[in-house]
Amino acid sequence: MATASGSLVGSKSEDIAERTPWSAVLGDLIRRKPLGAAGGLIVIVMVVSGVFAPLIAPFDPVVNDYANPHVAPNLTNLMGTDQFGRDILSRIIYGARTALLIGFISAFVGAFSGLVLGVASAYFGGLFDMVLQRFMDIVMAFPLIILALSMIAVLGPLVDNDVLLVILAITIPFIPRCARVVRSSALAIREIPYVDAARACGFSHIRIILRHMTPNVMAPFLIMITAFVGQAILLEASLSYLGLGVQEPIAAWGLMLQGGAEEYAESAPWIAVFPGLAITLAVFGFSLFGDALRDTLDPKLRSQ
Amino acid sequence: MYEYIVKRILLVFPTLLGAAILVFFLLRLIPGDVCELRMAGEGAFVDEEALDACRANLGIDQSIFIQFVDFMWGLIRFDFGLSMWSGQPIVYEIGLRFELSLQVAIMATLFSIIISIPLGTISAVKADTWIDYVVRTFSIAGIAIPSFWLGILIILFLLIFTQSWFGVAWMPPIQYVPIWVDPWYNMSMLIWPALATGYRYSAVATRMTRSALLEVLREDYVRTARAKGLLEKVIINRHALKNAMLPVVTVIGIEFAFLMGGLVVTEQVFNLNGLGKLFVEAVTNNDYSLTQALVMVVVTIFVFTNLVVDILYAWLDPRIRYN
Repeated sequence: MATASGSLVGSKSEDIAERTPWSAVLGDLIRRKPLGAAGGLIVIVMVVSGVFAPLIAPFDPVVNDYANPHVAPNLTNLMGTDQFGRDILSRIIYGARTALLIGFISAFVGAFSGLVLGVASAYFGGLFDMVLQRFMDIVMAFPLIILALSMIAVLGPLVDNDVLLVILAITIPFIPRCARVVRSSALAIREIPYVDAARACGFSHIRIILRHMTPNVMAPFLIMITAFVGQAILLEASLSYLGLGVQEPIAAWGLMLQGGAEEYAESAPWIAVFPGLAITLAVFGFSLFGDALRDTLDPKLRSQ
Repeated sequence: MYEYIVKRILLVFPTLLGAAILVFFLLRLIPGDVCELRMAGEGAFVDEEALDACRANLGIDQSIFIQFVDFMWGLIRFDFGLSMWSGQPIVYEIGLRFELSLQVAIMATLFSIIISIPLGTISAVKADTWIDYVVRTFSIAGIAIPSFWLGILIILFLLIFTQSWFGVAWMPPIQYVPIWVDPWYNMSMLIWPALATGYRYSAVATRMTRSALLEVLREDYVRTARAKGLLEKVIINRHALKNAMLPVVTVIGIEFAFLMGGLVVTEQVFNLNGLGKLFVEAVTNNDYSLTQALVMVVVTIFVFTNLVVDILYAWLDPRIRYN
């Protein structure tokens, strides 16, 4: 693998010049961050199994088979079956779809809203900044899961679809967390003359925020998104485990651990083991990947 | 120092007030009102009279301003009203469970301090060796493993272990007994949830100890200490660790405040009748008065823990209070 990071003097091979910066970053990642690459691999496996779930899964994840409950792992049911006779492996594969759908949407929407609010807060400054930041401080005083559960309590009667409800409940707590980080980066950018230049050109505030400042806070934004996806997957699993998230019969990892897992712990431990393993691997993958991404994109944060 | 403490204490009130306002108005976002929702949720024919009685009972037939004043006045006197589900005073419901949750939280904190500081130190001193990698993997795993799954695994392990060794499966204690009444019984009940919660918590603190210590070890005064020929042990313990403790104290404090959140799931797994379980029950039963009171309790704990951490921080590091 050739040396990549742009301006550094690397090998003489000619393909470096033709490479896009993105593949350069990727190459760099694999070579210098084996753990991050391993995380990336987990993420890719998860995305593939989520997207192609119907092709990969050996059984239908929602069809009950009362003739075969609690079947121990064997060649037909690689991870055994649950209390309703459903194949656990198939439910885990489909569960990746649920986890990713909720994880990505809430991470992206939450981080993007936080991005716009954070940049706007830094750009306008003054009273707007102060009021918004105090509001964010207050929201940050609520632990993540407490805020998510409160959102479920408040939005539950308004939203019929349980997946949408979970997405909303997870997205909202992310907004202030991202806005904080982005604001501090954006504060530094506001002082750079090109923002003044853009204003002197008579560009609108929205244009300056979206076209001039936002692209320059992309590094913390991307880092936040990866961190959020992992957290969102964990949060969704917790909510579903508590019975307040995704509802049966949708395949979701947290839901698979609910109820059955403890009751049948002794006679059928595979019900409790595999879904938890899936959650752990997914969160592990996203944190390793996120750490490596942070180190690569933003060397200033490396020591943390 | 006193000036700093007073200033810091004064900052607590706007946050609490803001949180109270937020909580109050959040629950007013619900279409119709809480009573309508409760009655409709029960699926029965909605009786106008019962609806009015419920509204009068909760005071939501008053204007929003009077409701707000009432709510705030209640908060100041620790009077949260009645639970909509059990009909008992909320203060009573919380009081029943507070001790248990507090004990688990304190045990989890102690557990994580005992684990994280030595591990973080070893990891920093032996940075980039296999020991460091083992510790880091252990701590990343702590962040990735959901505490409820760890709890399930602990129960699973205990069940199988006791079954095969003693022939009788372990039965988790059901009734909470204070530690001074029966310490053995109390511990056998609470040590496992404290472990499950504390592991995750220690993971964050370990990472913090490692990175803070690594930074301090690069400082000039550490090099000076080495040049003086001090023992490495003395350098780490007396010179470096003391200065590296600052961010670690913050992390431990903040995590303590968030423990209340972590307990929400752990108490469910171990079937402990604590505040976390009460919170889940309140949300499941659409018990809005209880939900709002519990959110306020959690936020208050968070704000005051932060206050203590900040004061501790200023006491440990004189540079802060002069800024």
